[in-house]
Amino acid sequence: MGIQGERFIRPSAERVEDAALLSGGGRYIDDLGVRPGTLHAAIVRSPHAHADLLSVDKAAALSLPGVAAVITGADLVGVTAGLVPALRVSVDARAIAVDRVRYVGEPVAIVVAADRYRAEDGADLVNVRYRSRPAVVDPEAALGEGAPVLHEDAGSNLMSDRRFRYGDPDAAFAAAAHSLAVTVRYPRNTGSPMECYGVVAEYDPHEDAYDVLANFQGPFSIHAVMARALKVPGNRLRLRTPPDSGGSFGVKQGVAPYAVLIGAAARIVGRPVKWVEDRLEHLAGSVSATNRVTTLTAAFDGEGRVTALDWDQLEDCGAYLRAPEPATLYRMHGNMTGAYAIPHVRIRNRVVLTNKLPTGLVRGFGGPQVYYPLERLMQRIARHLGLDPLEVIRRNLIPADAFPYRTATGALYDSGDYQRALDDAARHGGLADLLDRRDAARAAGRLYGIGFTAAVEPSVSNMGYITAVLTPAERAKAGPKNGAQSTATVTLDPVGTVTVQVASVPQGQGHRTVLAGIVADVLGIPAAQVRVTTDLDTAKDAWSIASGNYSSRFAAAVAGVAHLAATRLRDKLARIAGAQLNIRAEDLVFGGGRVSSRTNPDASLPFARVAATSHWSPGLVPDDVGAAIRETAFWTPPELTAPDAEDHVASSLCHGFIFDFCGVEVDRATGKLRIDRYVTMHDCGVILHPGMVEGQVRGGFVQALGAAVYEELVYGEDGAFLSGTLADYLLPTATEVPDLRILHVESPSPFTPLGAKGVGEGNCMSTPVCLANAVADALDLDNVDLPLTPAKLRALVAEADEPPPPAGHRSAAPAAKAGDRTLRGAGATVVTASPEAVWALLLDPDVLASVIPGAHGVNKLSDTHFTADVTLGVGPVKGRYAADITLSDLDPPRGATLTGTVSGGLGDGGGTGRVTLEPDGTGGTRIGYTYEAAVGGKVAAVGGRLLDGAARVVIGGFFAALARRAGGADRTGPLRRLLAPLLALMGIKS
Amino acid sequence: MPKLSAAIRHSVAFTLNGVPRTVEVEPRTLLTDALRHGLGMTGTHVGCEHGVCGACTVAIDGAMARACLTLAVAAEGCDLRTVESLAPAPGRLGVLQAAFKRHHALQCGFCTAGILMSLDTYLRRHPNPSREDLTLVIGGHLCRCTGYAPIVAAALDAAAELRGTSEHPEDAAHA
Ligand code: FES
Ligand code: FES
Repeated sequence: MGIQGERFIRPSAERVEDAALLSGGGRYIDDLGVRPGTLHAAIVRSPHAHADLLSVDKAAALSLPGVAAVITGADLVGVTAGLVPALRVSVDARAIAVDRVRYVGEPVAIVVAADRYRAEDGADLVNVRYRSRPAVVDPEAALGEGAPVLHEDAGSNLMSDRRFRYGDPDAAFAAAAHSLAVTVRYPRNTGSPMECYGVVAEYDPHEDAYDVLANFQGPFSIHAVMARALKVPGNRLRLRTPPDSGGSFGVKQGVAPYAVLIGAAARIVGRPVKWVEDRLEHLAGSVSATNRVTTLTAAFDGEGRVTALDWDQLEDCGAYLRAPEPATLYRMHGNMTGAYAIPHVRIRNRVVLTNKLPTGLVRGFGGPQVYYPLERLMQRIARHLGLDPLEVIRRNLIPADAFPYRTATGALYDSGDYQRALDDAARHGGLADLLDRRDAARAAGRLYGIGFTAAVEPSVSNMGYITAVLTPAERAKAGPKNGAQSTATVTLDPVGTVTVQVASVPQGQGHRTVLAGIVADVLGIPAAQVRVTTDLDTAKDAWSIASGNYSSRFAAAVAGVAHLAATRLRDKLARIAGAQLNIRAEDLVFGGGRVSSRTNPDASLPFARVAATSHWSPGLVPDDVGAAIRETAFWTPPELTAPDAEDHVASSLCHGFIFDFCGVEVDRATGKLRIDRYVTMHDCGVILHPGMVEGQVRGGFVQALGAAVYEELVYGEDGAFLSGTLADYLLPTATEVPDLRILHVESPSPFTPLGAKGVGEGNCMSTPVCLANAVADALDLDNVDLPLTPAKLRALVAEADEPPPPAGHRSAAPAAKAGDRTLRGAGATVVTASPEAVWALLLDPDVLASVIPGAHGVNKLSDTHFTADVTLGVGPVKGRYAADITLSDLDPPRGATLTGTVSGGLGDGGGTGRVTLEPDGTGGTRIGYTYEAAVGGKVAAVGGRLLDGAARVVIGGFFAALARRAGGADRTGPLRRLLAPLLALMGIKS
Repeated sequence: MPKLSAAIRHSVAFTLNGVPRTVEVEPRTLLTDALRHGLGMTGTHVGCEHGVCGACTVAIDGAMARACLTLAVAAEGCDLRTVESLAPAPGRLGVLQAAFKRHHALQCGFCTAGILMSLDTYLRRHPNPSREDLTLVIGGHLCRCTGYAPIVAAALDAAAELRGTSEHPEDAAHA
């Protein structure tokens, strides 16, 4: 490779990024100044999973001082187009709803105002009317007969259905001694970076050009999608990124629709517009990983050797298919056999839409959804045959002498020695000790299990893999897509110092540190003399569609291309120096800040002087060398070919290897999962910076731990979003992180300039299933889905062995049905007024207005139909709601049924309550009530945990107030009390 | 506390990192917004605005506080410290900051200011913390990048080093 002997690896190099970040000097998007006159946006979002958008009343918002505009989807129809997916489907994937909303959190209007506070005030006053439609959230249900269809023009919710066949799977299944299937429902989760999205956009009408600053992370293929959505040619969308970005994990690809939205808003108001997303918006409306239903079947022999796999994958991309989806489903296409030599494969890939947040890039991108079934299946095969699961893994691994290895589905695995990685991990990770611990724990009656996972971690995506969603004929028509252009520019300034610019758009991965070291080593100068910039400006910097920070491409591709650019520049400088020293360029070495003769150290020039030559003394530059001032290199690996006519897909360039094992214990009483030890072995080729690799592994592991145990983006059956705060979407904290042992072996990649491979995503792929395998071992289970919450595990424990509950504990209740958010309650109170008097009170709007908590007024439309304006708060969310209540089953003065709905900017709800009035025998009345209600919208997303309690408080408050009225001399107003349960329900929601 | 009109802006005065400052705010303005957008002190970050993530943590009168759950007007007369106060001089790092750098205890750096402020505040009062103590303090913060282990290591290292230095001379004043 010609670079052996150069240093590159700096085990302890401290990061050049850190001093500013540790001192409050970071420059994240919300830290950058904006032009005078910049306006601020807040977004009104749908509380409904599926509804027709009937009207948007802007008047109240526009009357607020400081509000400049309220912009709806209808206003943007002429200015923007949809964000096209990789697949031609009749889905208008706009960034904002026009006449229908299809998920909770979908933008409905943008309020632009003088500052953010006023913009949010305005957003509260935008009055949107909806007519709700039935929603579908489950991908299998979405395919069912009679399921609500999200996009009628597309005919159904099924966007794509492709079948693939490699080798002869039919014969292999027919000949197999055994076959076994697993079905996995992989849940939704997300990367949840600590910094949310941000966009600052302006529009120049004279040039019809947009200038957008966004904390976007790539891939910059999306630049073309954004330009198209803004209806301008690519050179009229200048997209810039801020110098620092507060994490991404893939998720900041999803800022693209908002870049379009804010750009269009800036155009309409004729001023720059800034928008910074808040966390509630982020969880509901940024990007989610796909949820997927997979049935994976294996054909295998009595030794556990797998001969064929049959994949049936049903991918749920949410409400719209937006670029780069359905890439999650195809990113792993070359890796569907994992770390195993399995020659025959059958695949059916379907993509379906449901009333949930549209999906996009999330760390691991497709890997977790594939390895969960694959590695669960390997464990199941072992269980089925009574074999050691580790032995089944080992028997199926690709042999060490088979690399480079072409998988059945078309990937070319670059290098590896999986057997050695297994052996090293078992030895240095203390597997024998862990097995002893399991024996001891089990002997003591405890639930202890061990899980194993082997996984291949792909990195450096082929930009053409997504075209596998098209048929070979469609691909042939569209022309081949392939490659992964990476680029770097090295510039010498007039005093001979060095600047490196790359299009890698990091979010904390330390690219600047690594690149400074690499380029400094090539040029023989101290790293401190190289300055690296990583903020990108598409109008001025070199970039291509593959640019950005995803698919773990930095170490493998970007670091390599920077080396290439530096080397080209060095070779030019050598010829310039050679001409001056009268020495052949090949005889010069770069080191110690000088360019010197290899043989005669006295013959040398300072590096800075040589580097400045082309600026000051171009006459000294040999004619055939050309100016040595700036060198931009592009590099794309030849191995990344386009999918072929047989659908072989070289989906990625590099293939690292991971082998994980862990020991876990499940607490019988509480279901809590304790990770006794977790060992993760990585082969990511040449390690460029051990400290940063460790950081990637640890960070990825903890995200995976979250996905496995704590995190889930939960939707109710009606599409209500229930995980709207970080108190609902639970990220692991320092106290949840177990003992993690990280081990490495090193098989350099022959396909990358520095021999490095990606490493940042592997644990997101391997860890969830490794933990699940350990839990399955502990509880002796065939099936287990994520997340492994205590409630779920406790229920599984109860099912598995129904132990006598410890003293003082009741046996585990069955886990609540997922998605059941019905609020139920009952209560009673006694008042001194007679049932007749209470009845009259309940039907009196004035009385109701005085006893309904938060009521601003009750209108009586008829004797049995009331409307009211109420302000109700749940936890952090307080809002105004319109309530509509009807009375039925009237049985004066004994009882009535109240049916009502509430709706407001923060949510909506509906419910029924039955109120009964009975004489208490002393002239007073015993008022009894039961209620049942459900709520949706923001209040459900952020207040779900609090709803039951809040319902009790509001309803209790109503009855207390009613009792005060009814207890007095001429108190009245029980209707109000009747209303209260309904309102309370609603209010609760509010 | 006087009742403040929501219709007008109010001048709030406090000491920020040892310097008297005033800022004009509405009664509802959050301390995070007053610091970041009112005073340009953008080192304090906002990760959730609902009190969970800890990115906004600052010291108010020597106690750690979530600036996103604090109204700016409530800081009237207080002694505020933010991440910008930690470096002993421009271009230099304090003991805790340097330990973070050594241990790769940050990646994107977005959570870092809050964690530094919690640890700084804690270590001033508890110079001999155990690993468990520090894990609990860090457990009040969310970091999505590092996996926490290097943060705990940096905090332990800094605590040990601080015991041998006089970086917190005002300890006596707070004791
Ligand atoms: S921003 Fe204050 S705790 Fe998250
Ligand atoms: S360093 Fe990125 S969130 Fe902590």
